[in-house]
Amino acid sequence: MDLVQLQRQLVEYRTSLYHEGFLDAQFTQLQELQDENNPDFVVEVVSLFFEDSERLLNELTTALEQQSVDFKRVDAHVHQLKGSSSSIGAQRVQKVCIAFRNYCEEKNVEGCLKCLQQVKHEYSLVKTKLESMFQLEQQILSAGGSIPM
Amino acid sequence: MASENDASSSSSSKKLGEDQVNNNKNLNVLVVDDDPLIRMLHDTYLKHFGLEPQVAENGKKAIDLFRLGTSFDLVLMDKEMPIMNGVEATKALRAMGVTSKIVGVTSRGSPCEMQAFMEAGLNYCFEKPLTLDMITFVLKDFNKGDDDDDDTDN
Repeated sequence: MDLVQLQRQLVEYRTSLYHEGFLDAQFTQLQELQDENNPDFVVEVVSLFFEDSERLLNELTTALEQQSVDFKRVDAHVHQLKGSSSSIGAQRVQKVCIAFRNYCEEKNVEGCLKCLQQVKHEYSLVKTKLESMFQLEQQILSAGGSIPM
Repeated sequence: MASENDASSSSSSKKLGEDQVNNNKNLNVLVVDDDPLIRMLHDTYLKHFGLEPQVAENGKKAIDLFRLGTSFDLVLMDKEMPIMNGVEATKALRAMGVTSKIVGVTSRGSPCEMQAFMEAGLNYCFEKPLTLDMITFVLKDFNKGDDDDDDTDN
């Protein structure tokens, strides 16, 4: 595939992520913050998000497996996940977190477990998509091109 | 992108007018948040405006910095933090006589929560995530020249 095609593919892919609600305007902000002084900013922030999320999802799984669930603890983790997902623009993850917190408030274990599954699913989707997007960007850069905005 | 490179200041804010950068250079900013991702993000936002923020992981650490005599012009204060949250920290700082601008940042957007946070002594309260526009808005206050020392190099 030639450079122009790759660039077009990237733009289309990125646009689809916005359309499907995987990313929102906050992600655009991140891209605007990236410049020659901070050339890997987006990848760095997103990697941090991946690490954070994986840790939080593990903690949530453990917390919800307990005989007597500590909802305060669960809520604190979901709160963090909501915060970081909204900060990078991972809109669908953020939305599930909102519902998740409501179930925490109601102390509804079933609801929480359902949300946990959902949030894991949405997280793995957005992770895959962002990784694909970064791969495309890498291909473009390796071919000597620049990333279209 | 056109850029003016012969600035006396560091080049990281080409997208903004140089005046803004020069005015901001003397501002001391503190970012208080328990989430390293948010700290990194807010830090980068502020650097974009030519600022070099310090960071604190929670309210108590923020207070300790003030107690040590460090002064800040602007504090970005998260609400939900362990050990000491944003509301308590803001109240404590105001009780200590701190007059820095304190901007609350919260992911709980309900009007009551934001109101309660404001009442602790904030100048402004924003819902997360923070955006470049919000920061521009806050920095405008400083450029109005309420108490800046006139050190613009020219």
